[in-house]
Amino acid sequence: MRSERINHRKVDRIDQDNLALKPGILTVASSPHLSEKRTLPGVMWGVVISLIPVVAASAYYFHWLAFQLVLTCLITCLVTEMVFQLIRKKPITLQDGSAVVTGILMALTLPPRLPWWAAVLGSIFAISIGKQIFGGLGYNIFNPALIGRAFLVATFPVLMTTWTHPLTLNTITGATPLGILKFEHSMVPLFNLLTGNVGGCLGETSALAIIVGGIYLLSRRYADWRTPFSYLATVAGLAGILWLISPAYGSPPFHLLAGGLLLGAVFMATDPVTTPVTKWGRYIFGVGAGAVVVLIRLWGVNPEGVMFSILFMNALTPLVNRHTIPTPLGGKK
Amino acid sequence: MIRLKTFCQGIHLFQEKSPTAGKRIRKVSLPEEVILSLQQHIGAPGQPLVKKGDQVKRGDKIADSKSFVSAPIHASISGVITAIKLAPHPAGGKAKAIFIKREKGEEEEAWSVKNKPEANLSHFSAQEIRDRVREAGIVGMGGAAFPTHVKLTPPQGKPIDVVILNGCECEPYLTGDHRLMLERPDDCLFGFKAVIKAVGAQRGYIGIENNKRDAITLFRDKTAGEENIEVVPLKTKYPQGGEKILVKAILKREVPSGGLPLDVGVVVSNVGTAVAISECLKMNKPLIERVVTVSGSAVEKPVNLLVPLGITFATILRECALSRSKVMRVIMGGPMMGISQATLEVPVIKGTTAILALSNEEVSVPADNPCIHCGRCVDHCPTGLLPAELARLIRAGQWERLKNYHLMDCIECGCCVYVCPAGIPIVQLIKLGKLQLGEKSSS
Repeated sequence: MRSERINHRKVDRIDQDNLALKPGILTVASSPHLSEKRTLPGVMWGVVISLIPVVAASAYYFHWLAFQLVLTCLITCLVTEMVFQLIRKKPITLQDGSAVVTGILMALTLPPRLPWWAAVLGSIFAISIGKQIFGGLGYNIFNPALIGRAFLVATFPVLMTTWTHPLTLNTITGATPLGILKFEHSMVPLFNLLTGNVGGCLGETSALAIIVGGIYLLSRRYADWRTPFSYLATVAGLAGILWLISPAYGSPPFHLLAGGLLLGAVFMATDPVTTPVTKWGRYIFGVGAGAVVVLIRLWGVNPEGVMFSILFMNALTPLVNRHTIPTPLGGKK
Repeated sequence: MIRLKTFCQGIHLFQEKSPTAGKRIRKVSLPEEVILSLQQHIGAPGQPLVKKGDQVKRGDKIADSKSFVSAPIHASISGVITAIKLAPHPAGGKAKAIFIKREKGEEEEAWSVKNKPEANLSHFSAQEIRDRVREAGIVGMGGAAFPTHVKLTPPQGKPIDVVILNGCECEPYLTGDHRLMLERPDDCLFGFKAVIKAVGAQRGYIGIENNKRDAITLFRDKTAGEENIEVVPLKTKYPQGGEKILVKAILKREVPSGGLPLDVGVVVSNVGTAVAISECLKMNKPLIERVVTVSGSAVEKPVNLLVPLGITFATILRECALSRSKVMRVIMGGPMMGISQATLEVPVIKGTTAILALSNEEVSVPADNPCIHCGRCVDHCPTGLLPAELARLIRAGQWERLKNYHLMDCIECGCCVYVCPAGIPIVQLIKLGKLQLGEKSSS
């Protein structure tokens, strides 16, 4: 937008009949003079597009509950962002799409039947405490959507563990695949985990939809593959070792597809703001988060640990960044 | 298919070389006046050897310096000295320059071609080559303009075993080196061999990016019988032609932080420099003209021009039909590392590889949004730095912490800014940071 403005101003100043250039026509700037034409809103809206399959799957399984939850979170996030920017007398930047991403992700991590007022509270918390308190986009330490979810888990634990059966929309308790593993010691068929015909948060049930969105996200380079890859590989590896010890721990494919792991790995652990910038740092983030997930799932009080694993590694990110500064070309001693 | 040699990271740029790549180098009509800046190279500026009113012939030495890291300057047209005063400099600001007004009539040359009718490298000793190159005022023609005789004088205890002829030309739009390789391959090779002889190297590599297949084939044919010279096709990737990057790509040697290629036994020479060396040895001709690529979408007749040093950008752009309604930025050099110009009344200097007139559609305007730590700059930095982190620390003035982030290893290639979605002017901040760090350490 800014470049268009400069263009108009320039055209006005050009004297078509004069041979010499008048002063003020040439713009002066530091090199480089080219860019890839990839913008910040472009990246954010790209993430929104990659979320479409997941939102579509949740709408298929949870009907109007999905629409209600996504819209509630989306609008609350946008309004909260705007209010905060008005209070702080900062430019309104809703068009950058970051609050839209947070809103959709927030909804996707909530139980389908969560009352609307709880979703509103969670979204306000996500944007205000999760993001704006730190100074807005780019400055937050924790993933805003997960901060909102953590707030709801802490304040309304029962609402946050009341699940809905897909398609029939019957309320069931404690019946997520990981809950069934933990408390009933049996595994849900992998095919149901893949399609999403299981209990769980709005966006985490259908592994297939997440994989489709993830492929788009990674192929368009909106996110780096290192974190999700090392995250999933660590969970699969650790789960594999434990499965060999005792099949009661659950098989590696089960652990990969069940719960919020895929959603977290593809859409939360790839949040650029709250994850390391160095290549080694991204691997460390994935391995650390993967280890925490397996620990919580198998020996923790809760059946699921994706949220805590990512928030935990978010907190370590500045430290990881500082200790993984790459050796520059010619820097080897 | 053999795997092409290359370096890690970097970026794939659009090329935009087609407007000029297929056209022969054309000689520009002689200008009425030239402005020969006394600061055309890295090192000490020249001291004028002439005064106002003096008559000079084309090729007369008009400025020199006693300093080792410097190069003499010669008159690029015959005429009369009209002034020695400050003039706008294409690298920014003003510098002292010698103005020569052309006299009508025949162009007389101060050097004599008859000195060495059929030059042969065995006629020259290494020292003779160095002396001639210095007297001819030859500097690195790839843009850096580092005095070549200094490069040809490796310090004691640093033996040179390899010379690389740099024919990468990795910046978009630029085709001057490509054309020189196609049109004057024998001069390129002669100059290249002179460099090998002067530094006493055993082997020579000719690095050419894979987008110049015709040049690769031509040089393979020309060097077919030479055992110690090898043509190395390289992946077309920016910044393949950066000295340190090229050394890494071809030899897998890493120039140490803060060092020069000679620290790892290598001298890198640009093809333009090789041609200039050849001319100086064969014809006794000093460096008074160079090939300049004139391109960009605001130029209606893009072309490679052979121009006398000191001709103004305005003269050249007029000849190439600059579109005044389109032009938004005029750059000396390539679009990735070139310097934007505030006025067109600046002269061509020895390091002017190109004059690009770019339109609004081609030029990027940095948005300077907040950094989202996406790490794209990290993934593309050819020297393995953390560019956005450097930019952040420089902005915050955290000089102590900056010490861990290798600021001085940045080659300012601009890959980070090119890929940055937030449009942070990282290179600008890094240049500023280097300056301020230098001031801090000197005070």
